Formats: sequence, structure tokens, C-alpha cells
Amino acid sequence: MGRKLVIDPVTRIEGHGKVVINLDEENQVADAKLHVVEFRGFEKFVQGHPFWEAPMLLQRICGICFVSHHLAGAKTLDDMIGVGYSTGAMITPTAEKVRRLGHYAQQLQSHVTAYFYLVVPEMMLGMDAPPEKRNILGLIEEDPALVKRVVALRKWGQELIAVLLGKRMHGINSVPGGVNDNLSAADRDRFLNGDSGLLSMAEVMEYAQDGLKVFRDFHEQHREEVDSFADVDALNMCLVDDEGNADYYHGRLRVTDSDGETVRDFDYHDYLAHFAEATEEWSYMKFPYIRELGREQGSLRVGPLARVNNTQSYATPMAQEALAEFKAYSDGKPNNRVLHTMWARAIEIIHTAELIEQLLNDPELQEDSLIVVPDEGAWTGEGIGVVEAPRGTLLHHYRADEAGRITFANLIVATTQNNQVLNRTVRAVSERYLAGKTEITEGMMNAIEVGIRAYDPCLSCATHALGQMPLKVSIVDAAGRTIDERVR
Amino acid sequence: MIKLVIDGKPVEVEEGTNLVEAAGENGVYIPTLCYLKGEPCIGTCRVCSVRVNGNVTAACSVTVSNDMEVDVNEPEVTDMRRALVEALFAEGNHNCPSCEKSGRCELQAVGYETGMMVSRFPYRYPPRDRDVGAKHLWLERDRCIFCQRCVEHIRDRTSGHKIFSINGRGSRARIEIDVELADQMPPEQVREAMDICPVGCILEKRVGFDVPMGQRKFEVQTHRERATEGKSNE
Ligand code: SF4
Ligand code: SF4
Ligand code: FES
Ligand SMILES: [Fe+2]
Repeated sequence: MGRKLVIDPVTRIEGHGKVVINLDEENQVADAKLHVVEFRGFEKFVQGHPFWEAPMLLQRICGICFVSHHLAGAKTLDDMIGVGYSTGAMITPTAEKVRRLGHYAQQLQSHVTAYFYLVVPEMMLGMDAPPEKRNILGLIEEDPALVKRVVALRKWGQELIAVLLGKRMHGINSVPGGVNDNLSAADRDRFLNGDSGLLSMAEVMEYAQDGLKVFRDFHEQHREEVDSFADVDALNMCLVDDEGNADYYHGRLRVTDSDGETVRDFDYHDYLAHFAEATEEWSYMKFPYIRELGREQGSLRVGPLARVNNTQSYATPMAQEALAEFKAYSDGKPNNRVLHTMWARAIEIIHTAELIEQLLNDPELQEDSLIVVPDEGAWTGEGIGVVEAPRGTLLHHYRADEAGRITFANLIVATTQNNQVLNRTVRAVSERYLAGKTEITEGMMNAIEVGIRAYDPCLSCATHALGQMPLKVSIVDAAGRTIDERVR
Repeated sequence: MIKLVIDGKPVEVEEGTNLVEAAGENGVYIPTLCYLKGEPCIGTCRVCSVRVNGNVTAACSVTVSNDMEVDVNEPEVTDMRRALVEALFAEGNHNCPSCEKSGRCELQAVGYETGMMVSRFPYRYPPRDRDVGAKHLWLERDRCIFCQRCVEHIRDRTSGHKIFSINGRGSRARIEIDVELADQMPPEQVREAMDICPVGCILEKRVGFDVPMGQRKFEVQTHRERATEGKSNE
């Protein structure tokens, strides 16, 4: 019997996870597992509720990417009443643009948070800096000017969400068949020109470059460490537009392999035909994979790195320039380096800001054609909605009876899609940092934390508050005795 | 004119004025739930309890008279009103975040106004089936507070028959709908029924969140402001 190392991030809002590393007799890593207790209760709870209230209920799953849940739900409802993309009918251009703008605002806000609050302190203060320093507070000491910019950028994104959805958190703008409001010219001007305490669009564009600059500096100084931290091979999946480039709101689902070849390209309404879900008794979180390829070959990565890997070009200039540099670094091949997820996220911050700028300058956002009301005969009673949430592909699937009662709901969130890849990452990192040793060092805890956090998984939502994943680490010997324990 | 004293302040109002309005006109807010301005009092919720000449009374059932002494913001009766609101939350199943009525719900608004933070009574989580039998109306019974507004005020336009009724007593009580009559309601009456329900129990099927957040009834103007500006019915 080998040894078992247990790393246990303490439970908070979004469920909890712990890491167990099994060692063999030679103290080599035999296996690494990320145990997750995910909040699945929502899918049951929503049953029986009026279908039009479902996206409101289900967006509560997440305090960070609630706009994504709201929109995935809205697209599902569009399908159900018969104006979804599945039926060929479409919501109005203004409605789609209002939804997109809210979604981009959230992506900007969420990426900036994940990047600057959680990752940048590690980059600027060092992965082995003491945890009590390695957070946004430490960063304030180190570079107060940067933090000021970050805070202003986040606030701008938050304000834009509040204006579009009525509230900073858990608001509403999408209704079945469209949206309930447009963006007024006065509000548009505030976001373009700035206001007291609110950045202008030009400032946002400038601040949005900060992330990439920080990454470049860090990469230059720690090239070896960043590049070789962990290499995790997986298929990449995201929504793509007609040109095959990532689209955050809509498109077909494209899956590419490690050569960048497309292995699947399908309408997301057919997800059941393509996906299977494995279950494990040690985790409540399922393991989705492409059925025909099997679990080992068919597991996917979603999120910034997958999207950037799948994108050949951006229609916005600054992001395109950054993308070209990223692609050149790996000779145009898909990039599997876990820490390059930061790079991808930094690029997406720029891309998102550019998309927002385009939309704010689009007069269609002030038009009044907001909602399509189909006749009752168009009711289909079933819908599937997919969006690219900041952390990756998010799917909602509902069915309702004739009266409109939800009879079935299934959600596949990005973190679940990434489950297998997360496990591979934990394994790769522990092999590298642990091999031969039986003690949990601070460095290894940090590395595992950094590896998990690259995906910004929702199970660590608890860490969004202070930028540190609370960890409990124990070593359990073959007889089940705890022989070492670290808590922080 | 009638002369009376509200919270120690002598005021004058027109004869025949309902006490809720008399107080509102003079800047004193009395929370209400079942009361509808200008309609006969149903007096079911007691959330408007005040002291009239020392006795606890439902303000909406009182027409002002000379020399009346009214205490609205006296601590004991204030707490009583809050307790009544808390009990309404505890006796149903309310989950405001996903409720279509949120922001335009009178129970929620009165909850805010009475300063309720949490219910002092244990939540009962009563099992209540929803009724979705009518073509255009949906009864989300979890949220019914048995105010009887729908029972009294929504009637068949030709026969005058009641469309809604309350069946059973106490914890067994439930709101019922006459599906046959309900299916004959014209669209504007369907809307009226949804609007008259102070909570999110009577829902128009498939209609949700058409009024944006931030622009909803009690977000634009609070229950208190409406009451003290004579706009409680708008
Ligand atoms: S009816 Fe009112 S109090 Fe009840 S859940 Fe809905 S908004 Fe909240
Ligand atoms: S359904 Fe609404 S209006 Fe009717 S009794 Fe219940 S709460 Fe009052
Ligand atoms: S408002 Fe007076 S009893 Fe309901
Ligand atoms: Fe989330």
C-alpha cells in the first residue's frame, strides 16, 4: 500500500474540493485526484418552477459569472418559445447586441479579477512568497499604481453590468425572445467619455493592456519556470463563429486536437449525441468527454487557453497583434502549457475591451426592437443554450411541459468540462514537485494551488475574496494514520 | 373637516377619509397589504395595525372621526406589524431572487419598510402544489398570503361570479381558481389579476421580467413614498 497525501481547500460557497495524491512503494506519484463536492441541487430545485423564472434561479449558482448563466438560460428559453437559433427564428440584432455587451462586460470584469487579484501577485511577488503577502494586499504595497488601475477597470466593467442588467449582481436583461431594455445614449456616452469615478473607453483600452505587459515581463524573467511548469495535453473546445474563431456568445462547438486539427464541429443542440459523462465515486463532479474518443483521448480543455488555441485571427487589431505573438511562440501549434493560460487570459482582456468599444459605438444598441413574441404554436418545450463563460463553455438544457413547468434541467459548467484536465494538471505538478519526497513542502502546495488556479475553477470561488486558496494538507500512511499535516 | 391626533400631531382631514389615507396625507406611513384605496376593506392581513384610542385596530378598517387618538409609530405596535410580516414569510415559501414579482412585490416592499431582517418565527416550508390548469394564469401557491384581493376584486365580467376562492382553513387553506371562468378572462383582466396580487402568486403565463431591474415599481418609488403621496393604487 502506498502513501496518500491530502490537500483540502476548505469549503465555502461553491462547494469544495480536496486533492489526494497517491504514492506507490517507491514514493512516486501513482495517481492524483481532485475531489469535488459540487452544488448540483439547483437542477432538482428548479423542477416545477415556471420556465421563465428558471434563468433567474439558476444564475444564482455563481456570484462571478452569473451573466453567463443568465444568458445561457436566456438562449435556452428562446429555443423553448420558438425563437431560438434551433428553430431558425432569431432574436433582434439589438437584443443580441445588448446581451453580448453585458456578457463582454462580465468577461472583462471576471478576467481582470481572476488575473490581477489571483495570479499577478504570484507573478510579481514570487510563487514562493509567503501566502499572506501573495495576494492583492501584497500587490498594493508592491505596485499601488497598478492596483489603482486594476480597481478602476474592474469597476468600469461592474458599472456596465449594472447599467445593462439593472444590478451589479444577479440582474436581468434577457427575457424569452429578447431583452427588456436597450442601452440609452446617455449611458453609452458615460462609458465612452467617462464620468466622475468612471474611466473613459480610451482609458479602459489603455489599462486593458496592463495584463499582457505584466505577463511579458514575468515571462522574460522566468521563462523556464513558466514554460515548463506543466504541459497538459487535451482537446480544446469552444464556440466558434463562421470563420472558426472563438465567439463568446454564440456559434458552433469546435473541438481541435494537439495538432490543431478539427476533430469535431457541431451544433451545440446535438451535444447529447457527442458527449458522454463519466462518474467517479470520489467526486461529485462529472467527467464529460467526447463519447467516440473515449475518456482518455476525448477529454477537453475549455476556457481562455482553449479559445485562444482555437482562434486563428481576431477581428480586432490589438488582440490580433497579441495573438500573433502567442501563436509564433509555439510555432502555430496548440499551446498546452498550463501557465500560458495567463497569457491567453491577458489577450482576452484586450480582445474583450476592443469588442466592448465596437459595440458602444454601434447605434443599433439604441434601437427599440427588443423582443420577438412568437405565437403560442411555436412553443417547443425544450431548449439548449451555450455561451463561452469567462472560464469556458457553459451549457444549459431545460425541458418543460405544456403548462410551462420545468421538468428537466441539466447544466454543464466550464469547471466540469475541465475536470479531467484539472486532474491531469494536479498530477503533472505533483510529479514534478514531489517525486521522491514524502513531505508536503510549502513550495509544492503553492505549485498545486497555482496549477488549479490557472483554470480559475468555480470550486475555488471562495478564494476570489482574498486571493488565497485555504489549504489543509495531510499525509496519511498506509495504515491510515496522519503522519504530517499542514494548514493555512 | 375631521380633527384627530396622529402620533401626537393634531391633523385635519376630510370627513369619510380612511385612516390609512389620513395618516398618509399627513406624512405618516402605515404599511398595508390587502388594502386597496377606494375599495371596501377586506381586513385580512392586519399588517396595518395601529392603536386607535389605545386599542390595536386594523387602520384600513377605520374611517376617521373627531378626537380620535392614533398611534402609528409607537414601539409595541410597530413591532407587532413587523411580526405579522415575518409570519407571512414564514408561512409561505418565498425565494425573492428568482421570483418574477421581486421589485414590484408588496410583501417584499413592506418587509423592507417594517425593517424585517429575518423571521422570528420558524419557517414552516409548507408543501404547496402550484396550479397551472388555467390557460393564461399560473398560481404559484408558495407565495400566496391569503389576502383575498383576487377573491373580492376579480370577477367574471358577465355574471359577476368569483373566479378565485380560498378553500380550507388555517394551514390547509389554499387559493383556488375556477378554470372555466378564468379561461374566459380577457387579456387585460389577466393582467389585472396578476397586478392585483400583492405577491408573486398569480402569474400571467410566459410573462416574466418585462420590466427591467431598477425600473420596477418599488425600486422607482418605495411603498412608503407611494402611501404618503396618495399613490398607493398606481
Ligand atoms: S412573492 Fe414577494 S416576497 Fe415572495 S418571493 Fe416573490 S418577491 Fe419575494
Ligand atoms: S393569490 Fe394573491 S391576491 Fe389572491 S389571496 Fe393569494 S396573495 Fe392574495
Ligand atoms: S391592509 Fe389592513 S388588514 Fe390588510
Ligand atoms: Fe462561475
